Amino acid sequence: MSTSAQNQVSCSGKISETMQVMVKHKGCGTIGGSGKASCGSQAGIANLPIEIWEKVKNHPCYSEEAHHHYARMHVAVAPACNIQCNYCNRKYDCANESRPGIVSEKLTPEQAAKKVLAVASAIPQMSVVGVAGPGDPLANPDKTFRTFELVNKLAPDIKLCLSTNGLALPDHVDTIARLKVDHVTITINMIDPEIGAKIHPWIFYGHKRYTGIEAARILSNRQLQGLEMLTARGVLCKVNSVMIPGINDQHLVEVNKAVKSRGAFLHNVMPLISSPEHGTVFGLRGQRGPTAQEVTALQDSCESEMNMMRHCRQCRADAVGLLGEDRGAEFTMEKIMAMDIKYDEQARKEYQAKVEKARTANLVAKQEALARLASASSEIKVLVAVATKGSGLINQHFGHAKEFQVYELSTSGAKYVGHRAIHSYCQGGHGEDSKLEIAIGAIKDCHAIFVSKIGGCPKAELIKAGIEPVDRYACEFIDGSVTAWFQLYLDKVNEGKINHVERVDAAVRSNALTSAA
Amino acid sequence: MPFKIIASQCTGCSACETQCPNLAISERAGVFLIDPEKCTECAGYFDEPQCVAVCPVDNTCVLDAALPRHREPA
Repeated sequence: MSTSAQNQVSCSGKISETMQVMVKHKGCGTIGGSGKASCGSQAGIANLPIEIWEKVKNHPCYSEEAHHHYARMHVAVAPACNIQCNYCNRKYDCANESRPGIVSEKLTPEQAAKKVLAVASAIPQMSVVGVAGPGDPLANPDKTFRTFELVNKLAPDIKLCLSTNGLALPDHVDTIARLKVDHVTITINMIDPEIGAKIHPWIFYGHKRYTGIEAARILSNRQLQGLEMLTARGVLCKVNSVMIPGINDQHLVEVNKAVKSRGAFLHNVMPLISSPEHGTVFGLRGQRGPTAQEVTALQDSCESEMNMMRHCRQCRADAVGLLGEDRGAEFTMEKIMAMDIKYDEQARKEYQAKVEKARTANLVAKQEALARLASASSEIKVLVAVATKGSGLINQHFGHAKEFQVYELSTSGAKYVGHRAIHSYCQGGHGEDSKLEIAIGAIKDCHAIFVSKIGGCPKAELIKAGIEPVDRYACEFIDGSVTAWFQLYLDKVNEGKINHVERVDAAVRSNALTSAA
Repeated sequence: MPFKIIASQCTGCSACETQCPNLAISERAGVFLIDPEKCTECAGYFDEPQCVAVCPVDNTCVLDAALPRHREPA
């Protein structure tokens, strides 16, 4: 065994211990059918079988903590779809948009495999390859599964996942299990066909087009059946739901219970994206999307039942890189053809061992910060924003950030609650002033913003808006820094040096929850 | 009258291609075409024309009035 391999073994051994501590702390049991889990208690992800924990720990979409460290890519090999959704329109591509169903170029399975090798060589922390459209992967089973076969053969260390509407899922469960697909995401917006009919005008099933309530009933039955079949085979399932105010927003609590009881591991409630210029039925009809506060409130009301995903960026069907930082433009087919690709699994492992080292250090810092905070007792909760480029560090300049990560701080530590995109897409030519205004508006509910660096003018404007710009933790870990800051904040409140005031709601625009990148 | 695809409306999604029982549909530069020689309006295979049923854009797979019908409408 080489030295580096030895290092890696000892490193990952240490990690699993730290992880256990971390997951115990995080604690929300999600095993299907086990009834309501006690959130925040010792009954946490730690009661998951270790092989399931192994499956999620490096998946940026399945683990919030992992999304700072690991990257994913989607390969757009699946253009066809078998259902119609009122929130979808795959006709237009805008390079700056982050929306499911959007791609710049469709790929053949062979091109996709080549792209995977190119990206995995350039981004060694790329751990997961998914097929997520632009149509439905299982309406294109040959292309999807051929892609997976090729990736399995050429890059066996990369995990596979797919995202489906579930209509064809029961027919493909065996293939999914055979090809060692680790994770499946099913988009389930309803379990009540009456509601479904308002979201999905038609489906194509068994060589026929069905419409209305009949279509929604078939779709819902197939989705839930597929979910049950997958979880029975040990394939990890996440459920995505699009939150549409006035249509399914109240109903999603029922959906949450239904999918939890069938073994779904994680529920991701996503805000509807609808602007008239997207050309979707909802967009043209003026159906609004939910505000950030509405999404958070729904996520909170579902969280007592199961883990909720809060770091989703609703990315494109050809997204590449860390969540929130799309590098797709670097990997067009034209550029890939010109690349000299050397897929080196060992080099990837060595790089990932370094990532794990940083990740462990981050977790240790988090534990230490928590331990220090444990002595403080206060009811105060504040939100703070962080500018980060990944790796769990405060490492981005205020002016360079395209989004801020928002954490809720209390004496039980820092909890990730979401991100705020800070410039609207497809609207070039903003002056700096208006950009600053948008950025400040998006985090108006926060007490502080953590950055690696910030200029004098935005600093003054932030202070004027009552948000403290904090740059003294530059390039340090997020968790440790924000809790350290919070401790000082509490001290100052206790000593009467400052008055704690509740912040107002953020001015969150309809599309502010979706990253522009 | 075989079916034809209105190219200006076609999104190139390819959903119709795999559903056609006659293998009459193919792609040319991102746009799909129906070979009128092969199209049977799905007669003998399915109750409804598959390209029409699966096409995500209404009125994009339509009967080509310039050609004789394969079968009389029911």
